[in-house]
Amino acid sequence: MMDTKEKERIQQAFREKIDYDEIMNCTRCGFCLPSCPTYVETGHDEVHSPRGRIALMKGVVDGDIEPSEEVKRSIDLCLGCRACETACPSGVKFGRLLEQARDAIYQSNNQSLPVKLLRGVFFENLFPYQNRMIGLTGLLGVYQRSGMQKLAQKTGVMNLFPESMRTMEKVLPQVPKRKEMKNRPRHLRPLSEQKKKVAFFSGCLMDTIFMGTNDATTKLLQYAGCEIVVPEKQACCGALHGHSGEVNQAKEMAKRNIEAFEEAEVDYIITNAGGCGAFLVEYDHLLKDDPEWKERADTFAKKIKDITSVLVELEFHKLPLELPVQIVTYQDSCHLKNGQKTFMEPRTLLQSIDNVDYVEMKDASRCCGSAGIYNIVQSEMSMQILDYKMEQAQKTKAKTIVTANPGCLLQMKLGIEREGLSDQMDAVHIVDYLLEAYEKANGIVASEPVHA
Amino acid sequence: MLKQEVKDRFISIVGEENFVDNNASLLAYSYDSATQYQAIPDGVVAPRNNHEVAEIVRVCNEHKVPIVPRGSGTNLCAGTTPVEGGIVLIFKHMNQILEIDEENLTMTVQPGVYTKDVNEAAKSVGLFYPPDPGSQHISQIGGNISENSGGLRGLKYGVTRDYVIGLEIVLPNGEIIRTGGKLAKDVAGYDLTRLYVGAEGTLGMITEATLKLIPQPETKKTMLALYHDLEAAAETVSAIIANRIIPVTLEFLDQSTVKVVEDYAKVGLPTEAKAILLIEQDGAPEVVERDIEKITALCRENKAFDVSVAQTAEEAEQLTSARRTALSALSRLKPTTILEDATVPRSEIANMVKAINEIAAKYDLNICTFGHAGDGNLHPTCLTDARNKEEIELVEQAFEEIFAKAVQLGGTITGEHGVGMMKLPYLHMKVGEAGVEAMRNIKMALDPNYIMNPGKVFARERVVVNK
Ligand SMILES: Cc1cc2nc3c(=O)[nH]c(=O)nc-3n(C[C@H](O)[C@H](O)[C@H](O)COP(=O)(O)OP(=O)(O)OC[C@H]3O[C@@H](n4cnc5c(N)ncnc54)[C@H](O)[C@@H]3O)c2cc1C
Ligand code: SF4
Ligand code: SF4
Repeated sequence: MMDTKEKERIQQAFREKIDYDEIMNCTRCGFCLPSCPTYVETGHDEVHSPRGRIALMKGVVDGDIEPSEEVKRSIDLCLGCRACETACPSGVKFGRLLEQARDAIYQSNNQSLPVKLLRGVFFENLFPYQNRMIGLTGLLGVYQRSGMQKLAQKTGVMNLFPESMRTMEKVLPQVPKRKEMKNRPRHLRPLSEQKKKVAFFSGCLMDTIFMGTNDATTKLLQYAGCEIVVPEKQACCGALHGHSGEVNQAKEMAKRNIEAFEEAEVDYIITNAGGCGAFLVEYDHLLKDDPEWKERADTFAKKIKDITSVLVELEFHKLPLELPVQIVTYQDSCHLKNGQKTFMEPRTLLQSIDNVDYVEMKDASRCCGSAGIYNIVQSEMSMQILDYKMEQAQKTKAKTIVTANPGCLLQMKLGIEREGLSDQMDAVHIVDYLLEAYEKANGIVASEPVHA
Repeated sequence: MLKQEVKDRFISIVGEENFVDNNASLLAYSYDSATQYQAIPDGVVAPRNNHEVAEIVRVCNEHKVPIVPRGSGTNLCAGTTPVEGGIVLIFKHMNQILEIDEENLTMTVQPGVYTKDVNEAAKSVGLFYPPDPGSQHISQIGGNISENSGGLRGLKYGVTRDYVIGLEIVLPNGEIIRTGGKLAKDVAGYDLTRLYVGAEGTLGMITEATLKLIPQPETKKTMLALYHDLEAAAETVSAIIANRIIPVTLEFLDQSTVKVVEDYAKVGLPTEAKAILLIEQDGAPEVVERDIEKITALCRENKAFDVSVAQTAEEAEQLTSARRTALSALSRLKPTTILEDATVPRSEIANMVKAINEIAAKYDLNICTFGHAGDGNLHPTCLTDARNKEEIELVEQAFEEIFAKAVQLGGTITGEHGVGMMKLPYLHMKVGEAGVEAMRNIKMALDPNYIMNPGKVFARERVVVNK
């Protein structure tokens, strides 16, 4: 429980951090309500709606209510999916308000011990340092390969963790060996006529656990006619920190990235993780109060492009693409859709593959419940949202669920595992899927299986 | 504050999970889309059926606890603001479509169903429920009935009132009554159905409604006409109706509105025009074709510089859904948007538009106007900042002048948004003191303890207004 002093601290922090003009932009029209997954899943509870959350923030700033546990719970339960932003005709930037509110709560709030530990491990110790990330992923590899995984699964040590984390542990991909992770290519030439020079933002999670997907991304870019540089000094994008109230750390990372990519002098900076991309395009906002960085951040942000968007621009979908006969469906990445407004491109690409029947699932753009570490800290709600998602996915009769973000990919895998559908369905990242289609259509023997 | 005893009784009726009174929930049910108003209730109750509603009402009546029924809280008149505290009653469990009767062409629904779901359910069996307020994808049918909401199709098809043929009502004393039914004719006593349509939750709780459906029109066409000045557009509206053409939709948007809508919806609206008319006609193909041709000619005669017909259904849908966002999109421009709802006889629309512009100029205010021109129902919207007290005062004066002008032209202070708290001070302008008194007598007869949505429509006591 919070004591009075702490409540006062939080209230003060709200006053300092919340952009009141943005709050005033909300006309309380309610247009965003049906798009909000937590509003829908709580059986239409206004407290867990975007309009309700904005009203709570305003209420705390105005001193109409104190920041109670229930206020905090409403802010915690938000997925940060920003579907409300896309739905809002008044253009309220809810994502920013949410970041400010979380920043206000967490800079001074006592969290429960497990959450604190988790946040500590994730935010302060892991993500900022690619090396350590490699270290930990390396450990995961040892664990997976040594038979310890089996042992842990048998002994039930994992039962100590929330259900989502337990199942997650089963669906994590086989991680690459430590040596492979250290020796990443830094410069690649196009494999067709050069059309663009791009830099690749490799992302911390993507360049470790999902290294194969990163390789597939650069390969696709090569086939599409890009010269690629992969700046070595790049850092984590900072999204997980920013979305969870660790704004200062996010700013530091932004600066490191801006510097690293300025040196590369490229047309675009490509990402393959919707979550990272949406945060990168907002660096200008993140650093808006920093005169030295604002303009540089702006230039950086304008260059960010999702892989699917650059592929469509370079007409990759007009090249021969083919896969074995199957139905495929697509789960939007919230941040790709609501943050980067990239929505049609993945569909265009999937619809261009021969033999593949694209079936849109109902509410494809509703959040899958992964949302950063949401599926761990808000396990129950996350699983409820995931159940709905899997129901819709199954109705399409798809063999493959394609996603465009590592978090969504893991969550989809988790859903498939939970529903016991592993023998009928698979979840893959769109770039892995496209690469397989390209190589099959062009008779290229893949050097290694693209997705297992 | 609710007495513990009262709270316990609520909980015993609806169960622990359906009564909340923590500070976050209370705040979340303290407002509606009339942003300038807010008041914290003492509890939020979610009954699961009509009997639970009745029991709650009895407890409230016994203990004189105010009840504010609430749909989705999208009303624009501060109709669900719990000014006198008490409980907010929500219908999240009562949101089922109970029946579609294809023989009698009716649909029976619980109050919590979204308007859009009613529209779609009707469409799925080839029938049509015409009322479509701009907020239809979120507003509830209980709210629509209680505000007698209009929409974009009012000109030809009327408003919610014209489609409500039966109600189940929980009276303020806890009795459950049924009015009307699946009947084309019914003169058994007073028409209580009509009384409850537009009652704004002040006379009782609607727990079920039977709606009239009509056959789905065969086709529909949508067109845009662009103008260099507002009044020419308004004159076209009068001309169309004077020529005995009744389009489904005849919407008016001025330049500022078009600009913001386009900025949000990006459907290619012409931002260079000073005013546009969005016109739709439906019906048999040959009729639609003929009417659209006639309307096109009338637009040109009345100085439209461009007239175009949407080529596909998607294009048409884009235009109408873009129009629905007008109000919310306008609010991008300034921190506060204050929207009005003045309505005049159709023939006076040009005069009203002119008057609004003059009044805006006089007070030096930024007023954008859009609305259901064909219904004579305009939404002059003032873009301002609630923190600027001086300007807000001017806004109030300006709107009072606009109301006066509307009434003078034979119109009303509110066409479809209701009185609530917002228009309460102006009600007498339209209905006169005796009219207000008659309404108050009806209220007193049905709700002597003043528990149903108190503080809305008119004040509790008779107030003498000296002019
Ligand atoms: C952007 C926007 C556009 C809009 N466009 C239009 C438009 O085009 N036309 C139009 O007419 N209106 C429009 N409105 C106003 C509003 O949406 C309508 O008045 C709508 O009918 C309100 O529905 P609701 O479910 O939100 O009801 P609420 O706002 O929750 O309630 C409205 C009234 O109904 C009462 N009530 C609700 N349910 C019950 C019940 N079961 N029994 C008894 N009383 C009840 C409440 O006490 C209140 O007085 C618009 C609003 C917005 C924000
Ligand atoms: S970000 Fe997502 S979960 Fe949060 S309020 Fe918006 S729509 Fe709801
Ligand atoms: S849609 Fe936008 S303006 Fe409307 S309630 Fe939601 S956040 Fe507020």
